[in-house]
Amino acid sequence: MYLLRRFSVNHARGMMRIYNTLEKGLIVLQPLWQKIGYERAEKPVALIEKGVKGLLFDCQMCGQCALSDTGMSCPMNCPKQLRNGPCGGVRENGHCEVKPEMRCVWVEAYRGRGLLGTDQSKEVFHEVDYQKIGQSSWLNVVKKHQAEQAAAAEEKSTKQPKA
Amino acid sequence: MYFDDEPVPGQDLPILPGHISPGRLERVLRAGKFAVTSELAPPDSADPQEVYDRAALFDGVVDAINATDGSGANCHMSSVAVCALLTRVGYAPIMQISCRDRNRIAIQGDILGAAAMGVNNILCLTGDGVQAGDQPGAKPVFDLGCMSLLETARTLRDEGHFLSGRKLTYSPRVFLGAAANPFAPPYDGRVNRLEKKIAAGANFIQTQYCFDLPRLKTYLSQARDKGLLENVFLLAGVGPLASANTAKWIRKNVPGIHIPDAIVERLAGAKKPKAEGRKLCVELIQELKEMDGIAGVHIMAYHQESAVKDIVQESGVLEGRVPWHPNRDDKSNTKTD
Repeated sequence: MYLLRRFSVNHARGMMRIYNTLEKGLIVLQPLWQKIGYERAEKPVALIEKGVKGLLFDCQMCGQCALSDTGMSCPMNCPKQLRNGPCGGVRENGHCEVKPEMRCVWVEAYRGRGLLGTDQSKEVFHEVDYQKIGQSSWLNVVKKHQAEQAAAAEEKSTKQPKA
Repeated sequence: MYFDDEPVPGQDLPILPGHISPGRLERVLRAGKFAVTSELAPPDSADPQEVYDRAALFDGVVDAINATDGSGANCHMSSVAVCALLTRVGYAPIMQISCRDRNRIAIQGDILGAAAMGVNNILCLTGDGVQAGDQPGAKPVFDLGCMSLLETARTLRDEGHFLSGRKLTYSPRVFLGAAANPFAPPYDGRVNRLEKKIAAGANFIQTQYCFDLPRLKTYLSQARDKGLLENVFLLAGVGPLASANTAKWIRKNVPGIHIPDAIVERLAGAKKPKAEGRKLCVELIQELKEMDGIAGVHIMAYHQESAVKDIVQESGVLEGRVPWHPNRDDKSNTKTD
C-alpha cells in the first residue's frame, strides 16, 4: 500500500489529469445524481471512491479531499492530520517523527506539488470537519458546484431588475 | 526599562495605541528592546509553591515565561493552571496551547478563561504525538492544527465571535505566537509555513533550538525577501547542552532538533562540558542579538533552569534592563530609571 502511495505522488501530474476528467464527468452527470437523489447515490459512490482512492492514496474517506492541493499526498495519513504543511518534528531523512518508518506526508506533498507546478499558497486550510467523515468527496464536489451555480443564478436574477 | 504604569498583580495594564494586548512582552518588543523569554517546566504536583519556586529562578532576566502544555506528550500540571498561578502575582506568562489533547470547543473556552485571568500571550502549537510521551495509549485529538488554532484565536480576538459565529461580549486581548523550525526538512517549505502562520494571525514566533546559525541566516534572508520579518517578532530558541552525550542523545531521539557536528565536538573536547555548554549558549545569544531580524531569544534550559539567570546576565543582552518581577520593587531596591 505504501509503495502505491509513493507511486501516486511520483505520478501526481497523471493523477491530476485523471481527476480533472473525472470531476468534469461527475459534474456533467449532475442531473443524474439529482434524479437518483444524492442520499441514495452516496453509498455506492462512496464505496467506489473508497476502493480507488484507498488503493492509490491510502485514502481515509474524510469527505473533504485535499489531494489537489497536497500534490497527491493524503494529509489524513499524517498522524497529526495536518492540512497546512509539515510540523517541526520531521526527521533529517525526511521521515515522520511519530512513525519513523514512513516518509513525512508533507515532504511528499511538497514533492508532488513540485511535479504539479502548484505554488505554495498562503491560504490557510481548515482542519477536518468531522461531520463529513465517511462521505464521498466526489459527490460533495458536485453538490458544492451545484450550490455555487444556484447562488450565481440567484445573484444574476436579483441584479437584473435593478439594472 | 521601567514603564510609567508598572503592573499591579491581578490587573491589566492599559493597551497602548497600536498595541494588541495589555502585556509587557508586546511592549518590550514594540519598544525595540531585545526580549528574553524562558520556559517553565510545570511540576508533577498540585502544590502552587512549586510553580512559584520555578518561576523565581527567572526573576529579573526574562520578559515572559512560557508555560508548556504537556510538552513531549507527558503529563504535568496544565498550562492554563500554571498561567493562572503566575498572573496572580503579576508574572507575564505565555500560555502554550497544544492541539493534541483538546478539541475546538475546549480550546476556545480555555482562551477566554486564560485571558480573563490576565494571560496576555498565547503560543499556538500543534503538539507532539502521544507516542512521544508517557501515555502512548491516549487518544490523539488534533481536532485543530497550529494553523487553524491561530485562526481560531484570532477570530475570537479580532472578530469577537466563536468559530460558530456566536458573539462574545468581550474578546480576549492576546498577543499571538507560533513556533517555527527552520532546521527540519522540507527546508524549502519552512518559509512558506512562516508566511502562513503570519497570515493566520501570528504576532510573534519562538523557534526551535538554533545551533546552526548559517542555516538560520538563510532562512531569515528568505523570509526577509518575502517581506515577512516586518510583520512578526522572531525570538530564536536557545539552550545550554550538558555534554556531548546529551547532544548526541537529543540528535538521535528528539526529532526536529539539529545540532551540527562542530558543536558536539566542542563539547566532547571540553574539560568541563557543562560549563562549556553554557558558554556556548551565551555566545549563541550574543551572536543572535547582532542578527538582523531577531527580536529576542527564547531560552529552553531543560533540567538547567537555574542556569538561565547567569546565562542571560553573562550575555549582557538586556543592557542593564531589569524586567519586572514580583520581588523587584521591594524596599531594598531603588527605582533608578
